[in-house]
Amino acid sequence: MDFFYALADPDNAFLRLSLAVGLLSSIAFGIIGTYVVTRRISYLAGAVSHCVLGGIGGALWLRAIFKIEWLDPVYGALLAALVAAFIVGRFGHNPGQREETMIGATWAIGMALGIIFIDLTPGYFDITSYLFGDILLVSSHDLKLIIALDLIIIIFVTSCYHQLLAVCFDEEFARLRGLNVELFYQLLLALTAVTVVLLIRVVGIVMVVAMLTLPAAAASLWTRRLSGMMLLAIFLSAISIVSGLGLSYNANLSSGPVIILFAGALYFLMAGWKKLYK
Amino acid sequence: MKRKPPIIKITNLDFSYREHPVLEAVDLEIPEGELGSIVGPNGGGKTTLLKLILGLLQPDRGIIEVFGEKPEKGRRKIGYMPQHVHLDPLFPVSVLNVVLMGQIGKLSGGLFGGYPRQALETARAALDEVGLSDCEKDSFHQLSGGQRQRVLIARALCTEPQLLLLDEPTANIDQRSEENLYETLVRLNRRMTILLVSHDLGFVSQIVKSVICVNRQVVIHPTSNINGTLIKEIYGGDFNLVRHDHRCDKDGHHSM
Repeated sequence: MDFFYALADPDNAFLRLSLAVGLLSSIAFGIIGTYVVTRRISYLAGAVSHCVLGGIGGALWLRAIFKIEWLDPVYGALLAALVAAFIVGRFGHNPGQREETMIGATWAIGMALGIIFIDLTPGYFDITSYLFGDILLVSSHDLKLIIALDLIIIIFVTSCYHQLLAVCFDEEFARLRGLNVELFYQLLLALTAVTVVLLIRVVGIVMVVAMLTLPAAAASLWTRRLSGMMLLAIFLSAISIVSGLGLSYNANLSSGPVIILFAGALYFLMAGWKKLYK
Repeated sequence: MKRKPPIIKITNLDFSYREHPVLEAVDLEIPEGELGSIVGPNGGGKTTLLKLILGLLQPDRGIIEVFGEKPEKGRRKIGYMPQHVHLDPLFPVSVLNVVLMGQIGKLSGGLFGGYPRQALETARAALDEVGLSDCEKDSFHQLSGGQRQRVLIARALCTEPQLLLLDEPTANIDQRSEENLYETLVRLNRRMTILLVSHDLGFVSQIVKSVICVNRQVVIHPTSNINGTLIKEIYGGDFNLVRHDHRCDKDGHHSM
């Protein structure tokens, strides 16, 4: 209960901000997560998220060496994520071409580059909050970015729902019907990349894919439509984030891992329930 | 009477996969109104032939014309039913929405763009054609293998095709649904050309007008001289059902 009193405390604006970011990020997690799970691209999303560290490191290094003050690491992160999404989307998508090897290589190289860049950057830099997330550190600027992301996702998905459904369900058939499958797939990956970048604030690079997959996978146990799966995934994701934030605040634990544990527990409980009572 | 131009014309085609020849020196003409079965051993090139016709693969040599155009253009007139095994069995989607994908190319998009009433009518008519009208709200993954196959046929029909291309429509279905399927195909053949890949040559021979044997080379055999009694007599000796003694001339067979 402490958490709810703390939320009401006028001094704790940061906590209300964290809660707002958490709830709003659930929209992106739920919708994009549904595509990641049904299109089975979680491994690909993992590669994108780990490449983000390369972008962050690169931006920090450039900023320190060339004194580019305006260069926020988030720009590097966005660029790295989009490039990684393009690479794995373009080349990691050829059955029979050992796509996992390609994706795994991108994953590792992106992350390694990030750490090397951070080594090269003068001064000490703590990457823990990027790796594991810290929702208590979010700013009102983050909130605006996430609102913008949610709006873009909602507009894209509502206007192209049927096209995305066709591309995810049966890509070959969609192509035969004259749909620009590559374009839709790349747009979906780009949106996944941007989602990953903005949401590493919440759960970090290492665990962001779990937040994309666990609520959506749990939702898929109870729903029979893509749209229903999205709505339930948003709800489950919100529950995980609010409970995780509350518990981590009360028990003084890291917020990212607690959120993930809630999402993971929800998934396994539901999967177990489904298995037992079917 | 002057013959209509063939809807598929393949001239002197070679296709190899990583330097392994799959199809060699293929000449094939499919006339309008054909109901043909593509048969041959696994790995003989049946699916490759379908994918070449659909423009999903490019030949090393030779020309493919589909409705007088390149496959990439002409394929818009083809309703294709793939084998359902390559689809995610857990994908959350309704039967009606799967069938509606046949109309996806005609969807204009735009904000909250849904399917127009016309598309819904086409989709429901297609479902009715395969006898699954009562299942439109069901989930695709709840259906049996045979029902899924029929949904995919409905999806192919929903493209309003002039040529129906079916990859193994008889795989994983029981005898009764197979008979229903053939009734449906004969009925559909009155208004469109149909090519199907099948293992079940004996049964297919009752309805198809010709058999296209694919085993690196492609040979068309007419089935016009085979009747039902003969099939019962020689059932089991599948390859006795087709004339292998000679190759048909390029105008195709002269059945019916």
